Amino acid sequence: MSARRIVITSGKGGVGKTTTTANLGAVLAKRGHRVILVDADIGLRNLDLVLGVEKRIVFDIVEVVEGRCQLRQALIKDKRIENLSILPAAQTRDKTAIGELQFAQVIEQLGEMCDYVLIDCPAGIEHGFRNAIAGASEAIVVTTPEVSAIRDADRVIGKLHERSLPLRLIINRIRPEMVRSGDMLSVDDVTDILSAELLGIVPDDEEVIDTTNKGEPIGLQVESRLGIIYDKIARRLEGDLVPFTQLSTPGFFGRLFRKAG
Amino acid sequence: MFEFLARFFGKPSSSATAKERLRLVLLSDHLSLAPDVVEALKHDLIEVISRYVDVDAANCDVTFEQQEKRVAMLANVPILAMRARPMPRRTTPRKPAGTAPQPAADAPANGVPRAPGRAKRKRRRQADPSAPATAGLSPA
Repeated sequence: MSARRIVITSGKGGVGKTTTTANLGAVLAKRGHRVILVDADIGLRNLDLVLGVEKRIVFDIVEVVEGRCQLRQALIKDKRIENLSILPAAQTRDKTAIGELQFAQVIEQLGEMCDYVLIDCPAGIEHGFRNAIAGASEAIVVTTPEVSAIRDADRVIGKLHERSLPLRLIINRIRPEMVRSGDMLSVDDVTDILSAELLGIVPDDEEVIDTTNKGEPIGLQVESRLGIIYDKIARRLEGDLVPFTQLSTPGFFGRLFRKAG
Repeated sequence: MFEFLARFFGKPSSSATAKERLRLVLLSDHLSLAPDVVEALKHDLIEVISRYVDVDAANCDVTFEQQEKRVAMLANVPILAMRARPMPRRTTPRKPAGTAPQPAADAPANGVPRAPGRAKRKRRRQADPSAPATAGLSPA
């Protein structure tokens, strides 16, 4: 099995796991990789909605596990981006409908069909989280520069360490002007506190609201601000050393000035 | 401009406050998440204190408490009686005063508070071992 199986997790809800999964998946697919996105949030599925494929769902992951359909039948191919598919979660079941072993088996099978499996993890650290990390070979922890998100990220990082899963950090919704004025934790503050390797910095951008409203992943617009940022993250995942570009120029409080990318 | 002046005169930025609060809360999260470390620390503490006083080992309690600017260790060690004469240290020769016992020295670095002495506080019921008169009054 050659595919990389990456779980996108955060502990806290609402920090951007699903948008990160959708956008990163879209960008990786545009870069020529075969990508399958898995919604592990059984009972609260949303990845389909963010990707705009909600009307095309026939089968879901629970039905695959229960043997009601073939794995391939449950996969929805994106019509706009070649090489991008999604395995939706069930909406009317709960997280205990699948066990860790079953989940890991599904991920393993998917891994034989593509280059990247991205698993959108539910919030929390209970059953759904354990399922989502069961089949993963690495993890991306998404956090925002807020105390509650960072504390939860720390907890999740501890859990991932217990499983010896390598992990990297995406800091979402950074607002450079607030960092500059000392009103928001900086990227360095966050990586310091969490002592985790950085994979990406995503600024707070209205573009996300616009694209999720429409059900279009960021990667569709080549020239979008966030498209460029997610493309850099994808290249770092591929192993390129892409420098973190500056979000802003240093002001008087130069030590607070941070980078983005 | 007001903000600039406020910062200039040392009002901490809210991000600095956030960082400090996070540092403390994560330290205490990590401690409470490592019960084996706390247990080892408690064991070693009791062992050291027992050389000098007879303690109620079954009712000892070691906890960590977040205080304003630090995390403090609180050890509640009920004393049953004073020892007539302190037992000698096990192997190492007696060191000059100020050498505090090192609890749980073999524990992982992230689990044990490597706090400076001021951040550690030992609270014993009827605390002062140099006042043996009170010791007999203090079963838990």
